[in-house]
Amino acid sequence: MTVTVGKGLAERAERVSAVAAAHADDVDAKGRFPREAVEAMIAERLLSIQVPVALGGEDASISEIAEVCSVLGQACSAAAMVFAMHHIKLSSLVSHGAGDAWHSAFMRRICDEQLLLASATTEGGIGGNLRNSICAIEIDGDTCRLTKDATVISYGAHADAILITSRAHADAASTDQVMTVFTRDQYTLEQTHVWDTLGMRGTCSDGWLFKGEAPKAQILPKPFAEIAAQSMLATSHLLWSAVWYGIAVNAVARAQAFVRAAARKSPGVTPPGALRLAEASNLLQLVKSNTIAGLKEYEAAKADPDRLSSMGFAVAMNNVKIASSETILAIINQAMLICGIMGYKNGTPFSLGRHLRDAHSAQLMISNDRILGNTSNLLLVHKQDTSLIG
Amino acid sequence: MKQKIRDILTKHGGLPTPVDQLADDADLYAAGLSSFASVQVMLGIEDAFDVEFPDNLLNRKSFQSIDAITRAVAGLVGNAEAAE
Repeated sequence: MTVTVGKGLAERAERVSAVAAAHADDVDAKGRFPREAVEAMIAERLLSIQVPVALGGEDASISEIAEVCSVLGQACSAAAMVFAMHHIKLSSLVSHGAGDAWHSAFMRRICDEQLLLASATTEGGIGGNLRNSICAIEIDGDTCRLTKDATVISYGAHADAILITSRAHADAASTDQVMTVFTRDQYTLEQTHVWDTLGMRGTCSDGWLFKGEAPKAQILPKPFAEIAAQSMLATSHLLWSAVWYGIAVNAVARAQAFVRAAARKSPGVTPPGALRLAEASNLLQLVKSNTIAGLKEYEAAKADPDRLSSMGFAVAMNNVKIASSETILAIINQAMLICGIMGYKNGTPFSLGRHLRDAHSAQLMISNDRILGNTSNLLLVHKQDTSLIG
Repeated sequence: MKQKIRDILTKHGGLPTPVDQLADDADLYAAGLSSFASVQVMLGIEDAFDVEFPDNLLNRKSFQSIDAITRAVAGLVGNAEAAE
């Protein structure tokens, strides 16, 4: 079956967004998985849009997926982030597993069964440095086994498969890593941490002791260093930015509704928040332009592994993430100043507490300090691109 | 040139394996070269050979092995024989 993307995709995303919006406050209040929204994604077959047509998917581009992230982010940050993280994992399979029998067959299963993928890259003892592992995969004939103290697996309890990093073998250096797909029937999870947080409460990013056993064919055929550089880091920064943009868009929409209501009440008098709204709109456009530029750069570099692995590309993607994660806070804060107490209170049409709390996660999911440290190291040798449009 | 590169790798590469135990074509990333250390190695090479890496050489491939680094540096110093 061939499904056309484009307008059809936008409509499907809007239908999921409506479901997500209806449950967003409850998901946030209870810190629960946004199951209604994810069920709607499954009903609209959004979990497989990135898979190539030949394997049963729709060949959706990163920009199309980002658009869905933004639409969902305007309704429920947690649902949007689950969708984004699933597609970040899927991008690793599409980019690095398409030539491989097991992973191709698995992508077909993702399409047929609308499987939800989770990620386990963080580990107790290494902090957030995902390019290091302590645990090592053990290969025994055709079987591989892995035990990992995964301090965060977002929606781990709700996923159908987990893509998990480890050292490539027992004697491998900490940076010599592989990524392996384990399906739900191939692992057990024992909960070690509870995700009770300021915001992004519905991603249920609990900590787990992971124990899995699977055929070794499920190890992705490329080193994780290449997977990280060529698909995972870039798609993370871009799709996260799209989600964050969506959160900011909805905050500005609420602030604009507030200003317009005030303007209608007293025609001829410019409402006090109008100027701040203009400022927020300006910042929102910056985030949008920045994200679009990043998406275009990724689309242009996608077919060229050397360009994807280049320092210039890494610097550009890092900068997209830093700028969007910082700027959305300024935007939502501005929206809060506009809406005043109506924005600060929960349960009003102008409430912004959830937006602000969710947005605070952006600077922390891969700490901006770590990313700036990485960029500053690259800039010791990388030369700046001085062209405007090149 | 290779010895000089090996010395720089020893000093800045932060590798868990002694560099003299690595073959010229051994994968340095598999040997534990981190992205941070690879930049330090590049800086060391730029200083030692008085060259500057252009952006098209600033990728993983150029620093994949001692052979790859040698090729990149030889191209920059404009003396292919130096690679021998």
